[in-house]
Amino acid sequence: MDDLFGIPAPLLFGQLLLGLINGAFYAMLSLGLAVIFGLLNIVNMAHGAQFMMGAFAAWMLLNWLGIGYWAALLLAPIIVGITGIILEKAFISRLYKLDHLYGLLLTFGLALIIEGVFRNEFGSSGLPYRIPAELSGAWDLGFMFMPVYRGWVVIAALILCLATWLIIEKTRLGAYLRAATENAALVQAFGVNVPRMVTLTYGFGVALAAVGGVLAAPIYSVNPQMGSNLIIVVFAVVVIGGMGSILGSILTGFALGIVEGLTKVFWPEASATVIFVIMAIVLLARPAGLFGRA
Amino acid sequence: MPQPMTNRRSLIAGATATATALGGLPWRGARAQANTLKIGVLNDQSGVYRDISGPTSVACVRQAVQDLGSRGLNVEVVVADHQNKPDVGSNIARQWIDRDGVDVIVDVPNSAVALAVNGVVRERNKVYLNSTAATADLTGPQCSPNTVHWTYDTWMLARSTGGAMVKAGGDSWFFITADYAFGHALERDTGNFVKAQNGRVVGAVRHPLGNTDYSSFLVQAQSSRAKVIGLANAGTDTVNAVKQLAEFGITRRGTKVAVLLMFINDVHGLGLQAAQGLVCTETFYWDLNDRTRAFTNKVRPHLAGNMPAMSHAGCYSAVLHYLKAAADMGADKAKASGAEAVARMKAMPTEDDCFGAGSIRADGRKIHPSYLFEVKSPAESKGPWDYYKLLQTTPAEEAFRPLAEGACPLVRS
Repeated sequence: MDDLFGIPAPLLFGQLLLGLINGAFYAMLSLGLAVIFGLLNIVNMAHGAQFMMGAFAAWMLLNWLGIGYWAALLLAPIIVGITGIILEKAFISRLYKLDHLYGLLLTFGLALIIEGVFRNEFGSSGLPYRIPAELSGAWDLGFMFMPVYRGWVVIAALILCLATWLIIEKTRLGAYLRAATENAALVQAFGVNVPRMVTLTYGFGVALAAVGGVLAAPIYSVNPQMGSNLIIVVFAVVVIGGMGSILGSILTGFALGIVEGLTKVFWPEASATVIFVIMAIVLLARPAGLFGRA
Repeated sequence: MPQPMTNRRSLIAGATATATALGGLPWRGARAQANTLKIGVLNDQSGVYRDISGPTSVACVRQAVQDLGSRGLNVEVVVADHQNKPDVGSNIARQWIDRDGVDVIVDVPNSAVALAVNGVVRERNKVYLNSTAATADLTGPQCSPNTVHWTYDTWMLARSTGGAMVKAGGDSWFFITADYAFGHALERDTGNFVKAQNGRVVGAVRHPLGNTDYSSFLVQAQSSRAKVIGLANAGTDTVNAVKQLAEFGITRRGTKVAVLLMFINDVHGLGLQAAQGLVCTETFYWDLNDRTRAFTNKVRPHLAGNMPAMSHAGCYSAVLHYLKAAADMGADKAKASGAEAVARMKAMPTEDDCFGAGSIRADGRKIHPSYLFEVKSPAESKGPWDYYKLLQTTPAEEAFRPLAEGACPLVRS
C-alpha cells in the first residue's frame, strides 16, 4: 500500500471525499449568507438558527403530519422562508439605513431567542430523524464505504449552488437584484418594487439555510444548538471567500471542507481551529477575502 | 446569572427558640437566615448537557428537600448556569460562597468545570456534591475532604462497558475521544482495562468538543481494523457519532461500538432505530424496580417532559443524604465546616429510592451497584422511554475503583 505523508493513500482519498461532503454543507450555508449580505448588506447571524429550524421543520412535518423526507425538502424551506420574510418585514427592514453592526446585533439576538424557544420546547438532547429508505446503504468504493446519503448531499448542494449562482449572475431577475444593491433609488425609478424584492431575497437566503437543515437532519443530531456549532465556521468561510461574493463562498466552502477533513487526519485536535487560522492569514494578505472586491 | 429560587421549609418557632437560647440576642429576621442551608445547583441550563442536568436536576434537588420533611432545617435552593466554562463556573461558585452564603454546590456536569469548582469549594470549606461530571480524578489525585462524587465516574464506566466488551472478544480498540479532561480520563481508564485483560489499543483520535461531523474519524477508526470503536465523549457529540456510525454501516459489518457514556436522554434523542443494540452503563434507570418507578412518578410532573437520568437521580439522592446529615448534626455545625458535614455523611449509610442502600468511602466516592444495559429494538420497546434491558449488574463493592488504587491523598495506605 502506498503511503502519502505517512498516511495510507486510500485513507487519504477517503478523507478528501469526506472533506468535500462537509464542504457541501459549508458551501450551501455560506451561499445563503453571501446572498443576504451581498444584496441586503445584513450580516445574518440568525442563519444557524434558520438552518436548525429547517431540520426541526422536517421533524415536525414527519412526526406531526406524517409528511416524509422528499416533501419536507420542498415544504420545510418554504415554511422557514416565510418566517424569514416575516422577520424581515417586522424587524430587519428597519435597519437598512443604519450601520452593519445593528443588523448583526439584531439577527444575533433573534438567533438566541429562536434557539432558546426550541430548547425550552424540545430540550437539548435532540430528536431522531431517519435516513429515507431510498438513500440508505453504502457503496463500496474500494478505498472506503461511501454512504449513499452523503453522495446525495453533494449532488443536491452542487445543484443548489449552481442554480443560485446562475439566477443571480445570468438572469434578468438577478440583474435587477444586483442593480438594486448598487443604486436602489434608480432601480425603483424604473418601476421595480425594490423593497419587495429585498424581502423575497431575504426569504430565499433563509430558505437556503433551511434546505441545508433538512439535508443535515438524517445525519446530524437534530437539536437546538446544531446551527450555532456550524455558523461560526460558515462565517469564516464567507469572510475568506470575500463578503458577498457568491462564487467565492461556494468555492471556499468546498475548499475549506477539504482542508478541515485533512486536518482531522494529521492533527485532529486542531480541526476546529484550522479554518480560523486560514481566515487570519487571508485577512492579513487580502482584507477583502479571496474573491472579494476591495 | 444566578437566580434565586426559594424553597424554604421554615420553622420559625424553632429558629426563635434557638435565638433566645443563644444568650438573648435581639431577634431579627437575619437570625433565621443565618441558619438557612443554602444549596446551589450549578449546571448547564442552556447548552449540550441541559437535558442530563439543567432544570431536571433542580426539580430533583427540590424533591429531595421536600421528601426530607421538616426536620428543623430551613433550606433554600439557588440555580446558576455555568455555560460549560470552567472560569464562569468557578466564579459563580466563589460569588455564591463569599457573597451569597451558599453552603452546598450540587450537580456540576462537565469534568473541566467540575475540577475547577472542586478547588474553590475546598479552599472555602463548603460542601461539594458532584453528580454529573465523570472524571474519576475527583476521588483520585484531586480528591477533597469537602467533596462527594455521587453517581458514576470514568473508571466505573470503563469497567462495566469496557470489561463486558473485552470479555465478549473485543480485544483491539480504537478510541474517538472528546479533547478535554473528561474524554482523556475516560479513554485512559478504559484503555487500562483493555490492556489489563490482554487487549490492545490500536489508535485514538481526539476531536474538539461540539464537533459535528465524525465521518473522518470513523473512517480512520475503520482503517485501523480495531474490533471495537470506543466513543469516549458525551451528549450531542455521542449522538452525532452514533448516528453517523449507523450511516456508514460500521456496526453492520461486525465492528463493535462501545458507547462509554450514554444517558437515557441521549437514547431518546437518537431514536431506537439508530440506538438499538448499543450497550451502555448507568447506575439508575427509571424502570429498574418499584422504588425507582415510585421516584420517577413523584418527580416526573415537574420535569416538562424530560425523564430523570442517573445524573438527576444522583442530585436527588446526594442532597437527601446531605440534609439527613445536616439535620443529624445541626444546621449550625453543618454550615460552619463543610469538611465536617462531609465526614458525617461518610459516617452514615445512604438509603433512598433511586440507588437503594449504599455508602460513601473515605476518598469521597459514593458506592452503589452499576448496571449494564442494552438498548431495546423498536419492536421490543413498549412505548416512549422504555429503552433498556438489563444485561448484568456489578455489585457496589466491585463497581468502582478500589480505594487503594485511586492515589487519593486522603486515603492512608
